[in-house]
Amino acid sequence: MAEKTKYEAGFGSDALKNPQRIVFITKKTSAKVKGDVGQQLMSYPHLILRETIVFQILTIALVIVGLFWDAPLEQLANPLVTPNPAKAPWYFLGLQELLHYFPPLVAGIIIPTLVVVGLIVIPYFHVNVRGEPLWSGRRAEKLLLFLGVFGVLVLLLALFEAWTVLIPTIVVALLMFLSYFAKPGKDSEFWRTRPISWWVMTWFIAVALILTVVGTFFRGPGWSWVWPWRSRGI
Amino acid sequence: MGASTVSALDRIRATRAWQSIFRRGPARSNRTRSLAVFGNIFFHLLPVKVREKSLRVRATYYLGSISFLLFVVLTITGILLMLYYHPAVPQAYRDMKDLRFVVSNGVFLRNLHRLAAQVMVLAVFWHMFHVFYRGGYRPPHEFNWAIGVVLLLITLFLSYTGYLLPWDQLAFWAITVGTNILAAMPFLGMKLRYLLLGGNLVGENALLRFYVLHCVILPLLAGVFIAVHFWRVQKDGGLTVEEVEREQDGGKD
Repeated sequence: MAEKTKYEAGFGSDALKNPQRIVFITKKTSAKVKGDVGQQLMSYPHLILRETIVFQILTIALVIVGLFWDAPLEQLANPLVTPNPAKAPWYFLGLQELLHYFPPLVAGIIIPTLVVVGLIVIPYFHVNVRGEPLWSGRRAEKLLLFLGVFGVLVLLLALFEAWTVLIPTIVVALLMFLSYFAKPGKDSEFWRTRPISWWVMTWFIAVALILTVVGTFFRGPGWSWVWPWRSRGI
Repeated sequence: MGASTVSALDRIRATRAWQSIFRRGPARSNRTRSLAVFGNIFFHLLPVKVREKSLRVRATYYLGSISFLLFVVLTITGILLMLYYHPAVPQAYRDMKDLRFVVSNGVFLRNLHRLAAQVMVLAVFWHMFHVFYRGGYRPPHEFNWAIGVVLLLITLFLSYTGYLLPWDQLAFWAITVGTNILAAMPFLGMKLRYLLLGGNLVGENALLRFYVLHCVILPLLAGVFIAVHFWRVQKDGGLTVEEVEREQDGGKD
């Protein structure tokens, strides 16, 4: 109690002698009371009942699929017999596809690290939090920057002949470019109001999806391109 | 429910044993309903009240719940599988054969575990993208978003370490390919791979290490982070619903 506080109770601290209750009102509000609350329901039973139903549906679905779809089991592991191609689990096949184009340090270490760091820092950038439409304000300047970044990216990807990255990149960039000319109206309103974070995430998902699908279904011996409907014999 | 069932339940609730466990009356008032949540160690991570809007299916598709429930399914089936599994070469592979040909419902057990693992990876990814597009990462949710990214990584590592355990060709070469990527890291790559595999190649040490990671270390980590994740949803003021309203006004998705 050496430091003098702003708030003085004015009563003894012995709760038995002075049974007073004091409310301190501080300037900061907790995150809990911010924003419009809307109608609220009790978690018990409303939330817990719904979660129980979800659990039941999920379990039933898993059991049905699990009865008919057998987990694969190949021959005993043999370090002397390398399958061609040797593939990672499907969720890493996007990375393996990247490794086909870029040096291991770039595709295996730098890009995944950047993705993880990028994901974590999203909410710490003001531009992402505000979520203003990409092409609002300083349009010409932004367009120039966009074209510059796009040009460098395309050049880089073409240099490494990374076609499966290049194609979704061009498609997303084309949509971004077209949204620049969108007029306020019903049909193009959605595209016109997308913020930069939306575009970057959509680009990331498009690339990741294409890479994973190509890595899973379209890659055969020596990581060569195969058509999945023709490679059944291999 | 018949009146007799209700009175039977009431009679059970009135017993001393029941009241020593739950310490509240039937959940018929908001006070006892609140007690049902924060008076229970498992439910206390949840908020007492939730917004009606955040309960709608389109607000979340219950993807977070689904991811968690898959984790529960994986824990149960995983523990059962551990009863039949030895992390040794080549016994691990023989155990797979036993699961297929000897153990009652062994095939089904393994199918369920593998299926739930695949679906969990999908569900966690979808959950993250959905939260992003709903703007759920915005303050005050930024820390919970970071926790979520960590949980995604833990999910991937859990799935990946489990991939080696059957000790078949598929497992061996997938882990060989994956850990070779790690070796590309400058300075630390080779050392990290050595640490992970317990050697320079995927062998019996690697199998044991992946087994410990898969069955002990990573599930414990996941449990801790899941608890923080749930708790922070409540502390950060519930789910973000503004985006839902905006989209409903615009009539677009």
